[in-house]
Amino acid sequence: MSLWFWILAACVISYATKFAGYLVPAKWMKNERMSRIAATMTIGLLASLTVVNAFSTGQQLTLDARVGALLAAAIALVLRAPFLVVVIAGAAAAALLRLAGWG
Amino acid sequence: MVKILQSPAVKVGLSISIATGLYGISFGALAVASGLDIWQTIALSLLLFSGGSQFAFIGVVSGGGTGLAAMSASALLGIRNGIYGMQMNALLSPRSWRKLVAAQVTIDESTATASGQQDPAEQRRGFWTAGVGIFLLWNLFTAVGALAGNALGDPKQWGLDGAAVAAFLALLWPRLKGKEPAAIAVVCALATLLAVPFVPSGVPILVAAAVAAVIGWFTHKPVPQGMAPDIEPYAEPYSEHDCAHMVLPEDGASARPGRREGGQG
Repeated sequence: MSLWFWILAACVISYATKFAGYLVPAKWMKNERMSRIAATMTIGLLASLTVVNAFSTGQQLTLDARVGALLAAAIALVLRAPFLVVVIAGAAAAALLRLAGWG
Repeated sequence: MVKILQSPAVKVGLSISIATGLYGISFGALAVASGLDIWQTIALSLLLFSGGSQFAFIGVVSGGGTGLAAMSASALLGIRNGIYGMQMNALLSPRSWRKLVAAQVTIDESTATASGQQDPAEQRRGFWTAGVGIFLLWNLFTAVGALAGNALGDPKQWGLDGAAVAAFLALLWPRLKGKEPAAIAVVCALATLLAVPFVPSGVPILVAAAVAAVIGWFTHKPVPQGMAPDIEPYAEPYSEHDCAHMVLPEDGASARPGRREGGQG
């Protein structure tokens, strides 16, 4: 399967998920368990994506310049920097560490 | 026109549109760095249009994961948009073709903008201003980022892999208020790292999703802020109240899955 196929499939699923919400009767929202799972899963996925991108290369766990990016981003977030500044801080940290010869 | 610009909901919607639209640049640049071409990058912003899911898709691809794993991570992260759709349907009741358009622009920010307003007309204005505004700017800046990223050459030299790490942490951060969401994040992060050496790329993310779903199924206390949209457009006076103001017009008590014990605020 080409990447295009999976991209378009993801797009169809995304729209179907959003639209399905508009078709559901409002009383279904009383199902707290379903809402809770959507909430915990969002947190779990984002936490997972953060560490996968920071510490893994394929199937290997690695420590490289991306650790610096993670730390820089965390500091920026503690200082309440806006999203774009956080992203730039992460990029700059990784780039500078590589320039210094690490990772 | 002047009158519309005086609407508080429109003002909030416009400022959120600019702030959110701008980070389309980082998505565009990261997407081409992860191996997508410019048209694939543009297609994701135009058709998928949900920041978290889009970053998840390219995050899995850049880590060497399969298209199936990328699609799955994106789909799971998009589940919350379905919940927002239910809330917005109850709040705004869009008719006919508007329902089709409203669905596409149902994301964290448009939901947050609408549900922070009390007046139904303002809720409607807030939703459409933020939804359509972000859609236009997000797509414009995605294209800018993709073109710029393509011209940069080796993405690692510019730290773009570090930018992806920072982007995911920044998406996670607003959801970590309180002990329970933080504990879930730590458990899922550890589960991911444990799984990395043993399963193909992309799958550790799905393992974490499964762990998170099990936690959600068995925990009895709601996770208050996890369901709150990423952005809090109404810093005051609502910031102390989580999203307890997000209630349905009728039968409001059932509206917020994340309401705390002891009632509002």
